[in-house]
Amino acid sequence: MHKSISIEKDSSDSLGTAQQKLFRNNKRWSETIIKAVLTMAGIVSIFTTIGIVFELGKESFLFFSLPEVTLKDFLTGTVWQPVIGKFGVLPLVTSTMITSLFAMLVAIPLGLGAAIFLSEYAADKTRKVLKPILEILAGIPTVVYGYFALTFMTPLLRGIFGQENVEIYNMLSAGLVMGIMILPLISSMSEDALHAVPRSLRDAALGLGATKFETSIQVVFPAALSGIISAVILGISRAVGETMIVAIAAGSGPNFTFNPLKAAETMTGYIARISGGDLSYDTPDYNSIFAIGLLLFLVTLVLNMISRHISRKYREVYE
Amino acid sequence: MTNQTDKQWAIETQDLDIYYSDFRAVKNVSLKIEPKRITSIIGPSGCGKSTVLRSFNRMNDFIPGSRVTGGIFFQGQNIYDPRIDPVQVRQRIGMVFQKPNPFPKSIYENVAWGARINNYKENLNDLVEECLVKSALWGEVKDLLQRPALSLSGGQQQRLCIARALAVKPEIILMDEPCSALDPIATLKIEDLMRELSAQYTIIIVTHNMQQAGRASDFTAYFTMDEDRAGSMIEYGVTSQVFTNPTHKSTEDYISGRFG
Amino acid sequence: MKNPLNLVSTTTYGRDLNLEQRQKKATIWKALFRLSTLVGVVALAILIISIVNQAFGLVAIEDTNDRNGFISTSIKEVSKTELIQLIETNLSTNRVRTLDREEPLVERSRHDLMALVETEVFKQRIVDSYSLFGSIFTPNTFRDQVAKKHPEAIVEFKSWFTPQFLQESMSKTPELAGIRTALLGSLYLILITISVAFPLGVSAAIYLEEYARQNTWLSRVIQTNIDNLAGVPSIIYGILGLTIFVRAFEPITSGRLFGYEGANGRTILAAGLTMALLILPILITNAQEAIRAVPNSLRQASYGLGATQWQTIWYHVLPYALPGILTGTILAISRALGETAPLIIVGAATYITKDPSGLFSNFTAIPIQIYNWTTRPQQEFRSIAAVAILVLMFMLLSMNAVAILWRNKIQNKR
Repeated sequence: MHKSISIEKDSSDSLGTAQQKLFRNNKRWSETIIKAVLTMAGIVSIFTTIGIVFELGKESFLFFSLPEVTLKDFLTGTVWQPVIGKFGVLPLVTSTMITSLFAMLVAIPLGLGAAIFLSEYAADKTRKVLKPILEILAGIPTVVYGYFALTFMTPLLRGIFGQENVEIYNMLSAGLVMGIMILPLISSMSEDALHAVPRSLRDAALGLGATKFETSIQVVFPAALSGIISAVILGISRAVGETMIVAIAAGSGPNFTFNPLKAAETMTGYIARISGGDLSYDTPDYNSIFAIGLLLFLVTLVLNMISRHISRKYREVYE
Repeated sequence: MTNQTDKQWAIETQDLDIYYSDFRAVKNVSLKIEPKRITSIIGPSGCGKSTVLRSFNRMNDFIPGSRVTGGIFFQGQNIYDPRIDPVQVRQRIGMVFQKPNPFPKSIYENVAWGARINNYKENLNDLVEECLVKSALWGEVKDLLQRPALSLSGGQQQRLCIARALAVKPEIILMDEPCSALDPIATLKIEDLMRELSAQYTIIIVTHNMQQAGRASDFTAYFTMDEDRAGSMIEYGVTSQVFTNPTHKSTEDYISGRFG
Repeated sequence: MKNPLNLVSTTTYGRDLNLEQRQKKATIWKALFRLSTLVGVVALAILIISIVNQAFGLVAIEDTNDRNGFISTSIKEVSKTELIQLIETNLSTNRVRTLDREEPLVERSRHDLMALVETEVFKQRIVDSYSLFGSIFTPNTFRDQVAKKHPEAIVEFKSWFTPQFLQESMSKTPELAGIRTALLGSLYLILITISVAFPLGVSAAIYLEEYARQNTWLSRVIQTNIDNLAGVPSIIYGILGLTIFVRAFEPITSGRLFGYEGANGRTILAAGLTMALLILPILITNAQEAIRAVPNSLRQASYGLGATQWQTIWYHVLPYALPGILTGTILAISRALGETAPLIIVGAATYITKDPSGLFSNFTAIPIQIYNWTTRPQQEFRSIAAVAILVLMFMLLSMNAVAILWRNKIQNKR
């Protein structure tokens, strides 16, 4: 990081007046303009945030001002059926939580396992092959994962658990595939955290007659814990905010259930369905998108901030 | 193989060569370490001193491409015998590193951990106290055992690392320039400690500090580097002899500070 | 290990290190860790295989208008003149005129005319389809199934991935549908996204890296802000785009301000602006890294000659950082190509046959098509969804490969 330096031509230098005129050429004036332009560009990002907060807030306010809607019913109601005036968000929330839960059940153990393997055990050549493959997994568009969930995972689950038990759209299928999508994120961030642990710690443990496994799990892993937790929280945030996989495979239509083999729409799936259909502005349906969007935004924002805070504040000081 | 009725050397190397892939880093080291004494290994930088030290507890195994020819015998057994688990070697032959590297855990846990994983069945509290006493740290930390080890000063941390090494009950303690990151007072404390510990343990120390080798060790081995960049041992003997009456000119030059 | 040798020892504890059990445990866990890594690899393989599996296979074809009502021999024996006659008699005059305008019937190849007759006169349709692996290993299951349900149908092998797929537009019949409109839509979209996001993003990055180093309140706010925005789910950007670009800016995005008679703000312009906001944080972060990588000695040399800050940036810093910025941009574009959710919210059309004609047209995009086709119940739509996925993945992989190879080249040169 460097400090910016501005060179100003001192007008009282010892050059002759003719040469002074040569060099002065309004440099300072255009510099200021350019700086202003660039600063504006930086500020655009602030406008984006302001826009998000403002719009979500404004429309949500309109939503909650509707006679049929109260904040309490919104947050605690278990039925979402606008037609009959029921606006309880819990069905959408539980569906989001269940799909995210299954996603993390897949992504955390596998992601951490992969991270430990790549960081502590794998030879350079192996790592050079496996890491790019995981990166490809991370770059696959979510709509493709949605396709995969519907055309492969769901039939598989129906085959395992029986067609009567597993609906064509179900939360488990979407959750598991989401887990595969999030796996590379957790794996790569955790691997970075593990890799950052200095070699001397490993040497110390091994020098005491510990096996590599004991060293990795009891010394290296705890030392990298803050980075790993931060990665996991980020993964959860990703799962909560994910749309396409659940829109395609989890079901459309809110359903308050804890059975993952059933169809139930998530918060994101709801927003996608409503706005993908015929949408007239300023109807309760339209406004509800914003209320749910606001909830989604707040949850992911808090998770992301916690993740960053943990990674920064509790970063292990090794020396 | 050595004759079992001979005096048991703590460590004996026979024509030891150490390679990193095709590069021979150390050649032809034949050395017999006296048990329960302090042996120092000195010489200019880069001539393989640390490499030799790390070969004694098979820490070089972790460097890809490293291999050893010749034998290294610990109490008569070749520690590079393929049937031997290196993990076991490292429990018997402990190590203290150049820069203090305590675990980011509590002081207590630092000492206890090694014993724990090595299946120690008796009272850990007693063990921790015993090791901290032996490493002359107990007085300073006995009320602070749950504090993070990293809150200690550099010298204290290094003594903690020594206590940690003692906790797994090794027979030999290898020290790789243990004082190079410490101030002179802390250094002297460690040297006193070494003297006390040598009553019970064999100590082998690599050091850049000639004065330290001169005043603290019983035996000294002098290493130098040949034109082929392989290190070899030129001289080995009782410290006072090596320092006052070295056999090789190279040794004499190094000791009198003409180079290195 | 077999026949482990125990080290002799003179100290007591140390006798039983429990080494065998510990090593066993270590081996098991190492295998588990390796397995975890392989799951990812296996998942990728299964993903690709299942897509390919759907994109090729046996199909059962049947004439909707039985061809025996039109010709008495095999179509291969019908002469060109007769083929043209069939076309002219059985299709509407408008249709014939359109076809003739595209390419005069008399000049068309025999092969072309046969295809035309089969598709439009006989209305040959696919009535059933089968997966690739099924077609290779158990083709008879399919044949039996077809024999029962569609006795008149012929079974043959089809690759759903054809050049026509790229050239045709949407259709209600899977085998006639193509991705052309969506492909053009995606390309237009990317163009708009980049023209907005690139200058904006690079400017912001320059500001953050070159001008804002005094760690002022403003620069810290902007930096934290960008970090936060990078983590916001893409669907929220869609909502933002909906209210601001589609609704509030409707006069602009629909084109009415400029004299177009746009119906609403659900245009490529609105979508492009939305996507620009979406990739802005990534682009800025990547550009920042590229600018940060410029050695300070370069700047010092420039300042030392009396150059102003902007001159230094424009003539020295940017050129040096440009390759890194461009690779970061390519990666941001590839992210934008695959995004679906914001486009849905902003109002991408799911069925549209007209190619996008400008900034203010309604549009569709490749991911939207994939979404749409995947959610249709018919098996055949899954097949073309699979092909669309292959097209998309190909585009993404090539872009990413170019970016990564280029990045490696720069890193090696420097």
